[in-house]
Amino acid sequence: MDFFHNFGINTNTVMTSSFDRIKEKLNILADAAKYDVSCSSSGSVRKNNSKGLGDSSGMGICHSYTEDGRCVSLLKILLTNHCIFDCAYCVTRKSNDVQRAAFKIQEVVDLTINFYRRNYIEGLFLSSGIFKSPDYTMERLVAVAKKLRLEENFNGYIHLKSIPGASDELMREAGLYADRLSVNIEVPTISGLKLLAPDKKHEDFTKPMLKVKNEIIQYKLEKKIIKSTPKYAPAGQSTQMIVGATGESDKDIMYSATHYYKNYNMKRVYYSGYVPVAEDSRLPAIGTQVPMLRENRLYQTDWLLRFYGFGVQELLNNDHPNLDMDVDPKLGWALRNMEYFPVDINKADKNVLARVPGLGMKSVHKIISARRYRKLNWEHLKKIGVALNRAKYFIVCDSNTWEHKDREGTKIKGLILQNSVGKFRKEYSNQLQLFS
Amino acid sequence: MNATKTLIYDGSFNGFLTAIFVAFDEKAQVVDIQKNSSSQSGLFSETETIFTQMDKAKRVWNGIHKKSHNAIKDIYFAYLSETKGIELLLYRYIRKMFASASSISSDYSDSTVLKISQLARSVGREKHRMEAFVRFQLTKDNIYFSNIEPDFDVLPLITKHFRSRYADQQWLIYDVKRKYGIFYDMNQVEIITLELEAAYTNSLKKSVHFGEEEYNYQDLWNNYFKSTNIKFRINLKLHQQHVPKRYWKYLSEKKVV
Repeated sequence: MDFFHNFGINTNTVMTSSFDRIKEKLNILADAAKYDVSCSSSGSVRKNNSKGLGDSSGMGICHSYTEDGRCVSLLKILLTNHCIFDCAYCVTRKSNDVQRAAFKIQEVVDLTINFYRRNYIEGLFLSSGIFKSPDYTMERLVAVAKKLRLEENFNGYIHLKSIPGASDELMREAGLYADRLSVNIEVPTISGLKLLAPDKKHEDFTKPMLKVKNEIIQYKLEKKIIKSTPKYAPAGQSTQMIVGATGESDKDIMYSATHYYKNYNMKRVYYSGYVPVAEDSRLPAIGTQVPMLRENRLYQTDWLLRFYGFGVQELLNNDHPNLDMDVDPKLGWALRNMEYFPVDINKADKNVLARVPGLGMKSVHKIISARRYRKLNWEHLKKIGVALNRAKYFIVCDSNTWEHKDREGTKIKGLILQNSVGKFRKEYSNQLQLFS
Repeated sequence: MNATKTLIYDGSFNGFLTAIFVAFDEKAQVVDIQKNSSSQSGLFSETETIFTQMDKAKRVWNGIHKKSHNAIKDIYFAYLSETKGIELLLYRYIRKMFASASSISSDYSDSTVLKISQLARSVGREKHRMEAFVRFQLTKDNIYFSNIEPDFDVLPLITKHFRSRYADQQWLIYDVKRKYGIFYDMNQVEIITLELEAAYTNSLKKSVHFGEEEYNYQDLWNNYFKSTNIKFRINLKLHQQHVPKRYWKYLSEKKVV
């Protein structure tokens, strides 16, 4: 077989003339979209049954990672960075002196299809600055998705950003073509929103969320009766909030997140450490460090709430309004609640094991499987992949070698920190570095 | 007492399964199972050449399948790791499996089981990586072409994924290291062998096989990749952990300037 000696005619004419212009637009509109942290491309059920292009019925795939280490799985762009609003935290705000650009609908479609065909991406993440009006903008986002689905027979993943203030009818239509819809709440407290985005009302954000939630519920009901009911946002909705721009506490953030999970059936809440993009007295100054460690702790807390059976009040409350920076939230909780420990590895229930520091859900499942064959000791646990440097203070197993001393939380914390080389260690260490 | 024996098979998975059948059937004391391409005879054991027989291979396959769903996946994945001595390790695993009344595939406190499950995990990870890192380049005769160089032999594992995704375009994924590829002609996927003069990495040097449009899209993607980076948060160590350097030459976003 010889694939390279049967050259056809070069069929590509579209791109060459406008290539430089497209390149410029892509640079501007990708740059402006990068602060949106959602990169999920999983959780949908769109199968390629029609011999078309793309399939999003499995796990999402990260096709690459940026140099800052974030997953690249979708072509994440704005349709335009023209905007009539002036939200202080946003790089696209009206008053910011940046280059402006706007894609044509067909240009976004072509980019998506051609990137997808080369296996660069799982699909499209399309957001936009607001030009003219929320409805005018939302209409165009929907038009892109509609074209991809109906004209290009595209089954890849589409995440559309709902424009705050867009009408219910448009939200309904958006959900028919998109896999996921999201509207970013941006500022976790209502007072903070008033301060930083005076043009926007809290209801502008929550109204489209409520519409999407209700449509999804409606879809599920109808699906039971009529099998052919068109899919509605099969991967659900998500939202994002900025961390560290308005002096809110971790408790404020996570209680707010819990509220959205509960009342709007969010699939995901994302936390985005504020990257200073504006000289503004209401905001941290340009050059302020991005609160990456704090962001990381919030994601850990989010996981504990969603997968480990913790209640938000256990992790954050009036006595403890902010997460520890030096230890992860599960370890922090354990150290404050030593009366729950030690836990017997060979007897404890799944939900009890899940609360042991150093045990991830994968280890928990392996322990439960493996202990059916024999009682587990330190060696077994080590092989399974348990982080014993943390776990050993909180468990007993089929080994006698444990120094069964009663220890206080603070002592254990000291021992763990002494023996750990966490990636953020140098950032929270108060010790002066004499020789650096 | 039986003499010790080394079984030599043709290097195919079905050949390996046939060897397993023979080992059980003859109740021989098997000390090694080797591919004929790389066999080394031990001083004190006799060798037996195994000819692949589909019916025998199938019986072993079905036998394992009946015993455990998880094990069958682990066995196939671990086999594709091409690890030295994997055949004998799998033979031990399978023997253990048939000797035990319950499924052993989750007995992670057993070192053979743990090793096989770890190898299977590594291969699974590589499969997933190749699903991510294939970069198709559109040839002038309209085939989306990709070179890969995976650590493990994962082409058989990724076929289905690409077939369901790219049903409306012709594509070819070629394993540079193992010198074979999978080709989809919009009807079915074929395994093909071909000699390529060179590996078509995503280099800056243009090749006559690809058109201007192809290079434009590579350029766009490369630019996109740069624009989407947040400089305040740069973390090259994490980046490299996710995108190991050995794959860079095949990635259009990592063109060496």
